[in-house]
Amino acid sequence: MDLAALVALNVVNGAASLVLLCLGLAIIFGMMRIINLAHGEFVMLGAYAAVISANAGVNIYIAMLIVAPLCVGLVGLIVERCLIRFLYGRLVDSMLATWGLSLLIVGIVTTIFGNTMQGVPTPLGGFSIGAYRTSWYTIFLAAVALVVLAAIYGVLRYTRFGLVARAVMQNPEMAAVLGVNPARIYMATFSLGAAVTGLAGGVLAPVSGITPVMGGAYVAKAFITVVGGGAAIISGTTSASALFGLVNQLGAYFTTPVYGEVILFIAATVLIRLMPQGISGRFFRGTI
Amino acid sequence: MTEPVKLTLQCVAVLFACVVVGLLPFYIDLFELMQYTLFCSMAVLALSLGFIWGFGGILSFGQTAFFGLGAYSYAVAAINFGDSTPAIGLAILIPALFALALGYFVFYGQISDVYLGVITLTVTLILFNVFNSTAGDAYTIGSARLGGFNGMPAVPTFNMPFDPSNILFPEQSWYVTGGALIAIYVGLRLLLRSPFGRVAIAVKENETRAALLGYDPRLVKLLVFVIGGAIAGFAGALYVNWGAFVGPTIFALSLSAEIIIWICIGGLGTLVGPIVGCFLIEYLVSQIGTQQAVNSNLVLGAILVVFVVLLPKGLVPTIRDGLLALGRLGAGRSRRGDAARGHEIVDEGPAGAQPAGAE
Repeated sequence: MDLAALVALNVVNGAASLVLLCLGLAIIFGMMRIINLAHGEFVMLGAYAAVISANAGVNIYIAMLIVAPLCVGLVGLIVERCLIRFLYGRLVDSMLATWGLSLLIVGIVTTIFGNTMQGVPTPLGGFSIGAYRTSWYTIFLAAVALVVLAAIYGVLRYTRFGLVARAVMQNPEMAAVLGVNPARIYMATFSLGAAVTGLAGGVLAPVSGITPVMGGAYVAKAFITVVGGGAAIISGTTSASALFGLVNQLGAYFTTPVYGEVILFIAATVLIRLMPQGISGRFFRGTI
Repeated sequence: MTEPVKLTLQCVAVLFACVVVGLLPFYIDLFELMQYTLFCSMAVLALSLGFIWGFGGILSFGQTAFFGLGAYSYAVAAINFGDSTPAIGLAILIPALFALALGYFVFYGQISDVYLGVITLTVTLILFNVFNSTAGDAYTIGSARLGGFNGMPAVPTFNMPFDPSNILFPEQSWYVTGGALIAIYVGLRLLLRSPFGRVAIAVKENETRAALLGYDPRLVKLLVFVIGGAIAGFAGALYVNWGAFVGPTIFALSLSAEIIIWICIGGLGTLVGPIVGCFLIEYLVSQIGTQQAVNSNLVLGAILVVFVVLLPKGLVPTIRDGLLALGRLGAGRSRRGDAARGHEIVDEGPAGAQPAGAE
């Protein structure tokens, strides 16, 4: 029973981290059809921003929840203005350029901060489920994921910006005719996606190893989840994260963490083969 | 360029490359020769992706999957058999079969280009994770230990066919590797001139039209992908022959990225381009490795970004188009037909591009 509770908690934890990792990518890919292969590096930058400011004496929660998204959002803004805006509609070129960008960011971070980084301790301590001990931080991660999901849903569904952004996503020419500047919306959307990714990096920083190449571990997982989820940002990402989180954790529980990932990837590939439009393309048509 | 001119230039380039491969050991020292052997094995890898991407329209982000599988197959087989001849065969066969399985899944599922990129990337990461976790006695194939993160050291290098006692010297390895590069270039060139090659290009240009003409794009793409996988596997065997070592980092994303960078820089849709790009970048990386100031990731990333944004065609097509434009200017007559043919996909770079790569 205790063990079942623990595994359930792990599943929730895995799904929550997937949601956090994927949301930013889903926003950028889902709304702008830009494949951002530098996504993992945005996560890494968020983690670095959080760790560096926390080590400099900033409160850890401010560092994770405010500094990290702000920094990476700013980076996203610069990247969009200097690189991405030349590549709209050129899908393959955008993949290649963002891949180059990811190498560039890794190179810059390695040059400035070296190959390793002093991490931050995981806050909040732990609690016991029967004979097993686990950390409050897993609950915190799940809570952050829920709050971010709710916030994005709220912004997209109930604000003027969300309405305009969805209109631009559906038909940029028509939106432009109606007086919206699609370029500005793309800029804002990309920064928003980057900021959410930075937040993910920030809150994952205390529980992951901080190195310049840490992004590589996330990028494939995030992509496969977003592609598996399909076009709808919220419902697609949530359903795919829940499914893949479950598969990953159960696989890891019954075999080893490495084979858990392998099982996750194979399951995702099979899913894409069966549902090329993703889960949301099949089951949640017309949702956000 | 007209067809006979192109053919002549290609033949001259190949002959020149043969002469360079034949004479190079007499002019440079052993260390440099070893380095060029490595470059040549990498250039074979570049050709494999240059072929499937440039002529099949298949952008694989995971060409290293086949490269690595070929390398591991060769290493395991060479350790078990003690003879490199069947090992090389396996290094081609196993990645080809893997490409067949993966390609069946991908192409017959009608998965779009983007998802293809994502899936190939994922497969490479899976292989990296799997081979990384193969430490310990449980992971032994015959007498070969896979060795996990540490990889497999002391793999037997190439020997004379069916004569394990007669191991090739580094000079002979150079002849084999350089010769293999030329042979594969010529082979692909011939393949592209064959009916199958023309259908492959037709499918790349317009899949629906090719299908309406009665060809099966799925089958054609699958075959192109399998050929690419087989060549990449062979490149893996050449690579192991160079270093006598194989480890899981062969599946790392950075190498996948490098192959794509070679092709972006050299020129997509040519066969010389990937070779030129490979030699240039590998040389650059080896030079960066000798100093501490800048990181190779930084330089490679910057190069890729700059090329994608500013020079999307790559070096070889840009130089070729420039030379053609100059030629027309010099001749003082405008022949629209030639200009149009200059952009044709089966076109080839100027002969001058080959020496730059071969030396």
